[in-house]
Amino acid sequence: MSSTMSEKILAKASGNDKVEAGDIIIANIDVAMTHDLTGPLAVESFQKIGVEKVWDPSKIVIPFDHQVPADSIDSANNHIIMRDFVKKQNIKNFYDVNAGVCHQILPELGHVVPGEVIVGADSHTCTHGALGAFSTGIGSTDMAMVFAEGNLWFKVPETNRFEINGELKDNVYAKDVILNIIGQMGADGSTYKACEFAGQTVRDMSISDRMVLCNMAIEMGGKTGLVEPDKKTIEYVEKRSTKAYKIFKTDLDAASLDMINIDVSDLEPQVACPNNVDNVKAVSEVDEEIDQVFLGSCTNGRISDLRDAAKILKGKQIAKGTRMLVIPASKEVYSKALDEGLIRIFVDAGALVSAPCCGPCLGGHTGIIGPGEVSLSTSNRNFKGRQGSPDGKVYLSSAAVAAASAIEGRIVAPE
Amino acid sequence: MKGTAWKFGNDIDTDIIVPGRYLIYTDEERLSKHCMEGLDDKFSEKCKKGDFIVAGKNFGCGSSREHAPIAIKGVGISAVIAESFARIFYRNATNVGVPLLEAPGITDIVENGDEIEVDMDNGIIKTKTGEEITFKKLPPFMLEILEKGGLIQYLKEKR
Repeated sequence: MSSTMSEKILAKASGNDKVEAGDIIIANIDVAMTHDLTGPLAVESFQKIGVEKVWDPSKIVIPFDHQVPADSIDSANNHIIMRDFVKKQNIKNFYDVNAGVCHQILPELGHVVPGEVIVGADSHTCTHGALGAFSTGIGSTDMAMVFAEGNLWFKVPETNRFEINGELKDNVYAKDVILNIIGQMGADGSTYKACEFAGQTVRDMSISDRMVLCNMAIEMGGKTGLVEPDKKTIEYVEKRSTKAYKIFKTDLDAASLDMINIDVSDLEPQVACPNNVDNVKAVSEVDEEIDQVFLGSCTNGRISDLRDAAKILKGKQIAKGTRMLVIPASKEVYSKALDEGLIRIFVDAGALVSAPCCGPCLGGHTGIIGPGEVSLSTSNRNFKGRQGSPDGKVYLSSAAVAAASAIEGRIVAPE
Repeated sequence: MKGTAWKFGNDIDTDIIVPGRYLIYTDEERLSKHCMEGLDDKFSEKCKKGDFIVAGKNFGCGSSREHAPIAIKGVGISAVIAESFARIFYRNATNVGVPLLEAPGITDIVENGDEIEVDMDNGIIKTKTGEEITFKKLPPFMLEILEKGGLIQYLKEKR
């Protein structure tokens, strides 16, 4: 009988021949990730359980990314809690303040391969489905249970499979595609479902672009984002990981599959307007001056994003009265950007370039906006107060729209 | 259970429930001071022990921060009643001992500040005018987790 990718991966992880959407199963976890912000709560809960040792330190990955370097005594203290835990539990996959954003470094450093079950105490853990893994965000108590037992119960999700076809116009990117889809589906349009991205447009996309799609599956309620592995996936994974992998694909006649056809050939650059990610409009319909531009995050802080932005910013100046923060998503991205001269372009244009971290994305660390200020951000959420003052406004866009808008001081599409 | 209903809209995200800058805290006391601060910075002072949050669809969407249900527990909310809930929040709230009751139609019959009565055993919510709405009763194991104050306490006592 036919199954979806999610069903096949969860069947393997739970030791069953077959599982179906709606089944409650206990799945073995291949990778468990927590970071400096959700980690302390997970460690606290783990200690309350009263188990001495984690189930398998080699399967736990702990990056620091949300508040790096520490910006307060409280966050420094959280870092200390996590460093102690790492040492005590003998966790080798620990990345201190100099590595980058968790969802960038996990795949980059070979922790993600197709067919695995990955959990992260961070909602954007759905990103890793771009490599064909079943990857989902959980809370800190669930993470503590995983630390103790190495498994977790799941309800097997149904699947929304987005068949995306059509050639993208110039200056239209994966970010525009996913914003448009979220706008159509609504913030709860895929709640509890696996969101699979398929079709020729996705097959033509790079791994980075596929990560953009999967990263934002949660913004329509998705349990995970997924893309079927292909040659590009295998090439990416084999270059970076020595782990064994298994490729699963969806049978198109699976009972729990909903097909949603999306034609992107006429798509214009998109922007998500305050205060919800599903409040999506074409850039051409928006007229707004901006105080801050943020280029970075686990959605659009990759080398391709920096290249797209640098192409537009080269030889130009950021508008007076507008500031721009550029934060490469990882050390690897930062190094490449240095080698390619992109950092020079950003600095010459008047942008601030910071070390890899989550930056202003969640308004907890750096680049916080004040009352009445408007931010245009390449990140993934624009909720009220997300980047600082609840009286500020956040718009979301691609790196190209962010760069073009920084030059104009207002939201515009690149020409 | 009886208490005052604090009514909120659709898509109440976890950044509203606890803004990102407070995630450096892990304790109920400090987190609860900032509960719902994104929409009402006096909420933690106004809310009394035993009150309810009533909300529209997709309550708790966004980040996986468990700080959000911890803050709600900290202000003394005895249950969140909504048209629907986001997935990660649903697990997290149960794990920390906050009952979530899915009651489609609740926002049509309850206004902000109304006194309401919740009958957990029979799955009924009664408004001050005597109007009733049913919710899907929670399974016994979930009720037990909630009664113990969360998953970890529940498991410890089971061991």
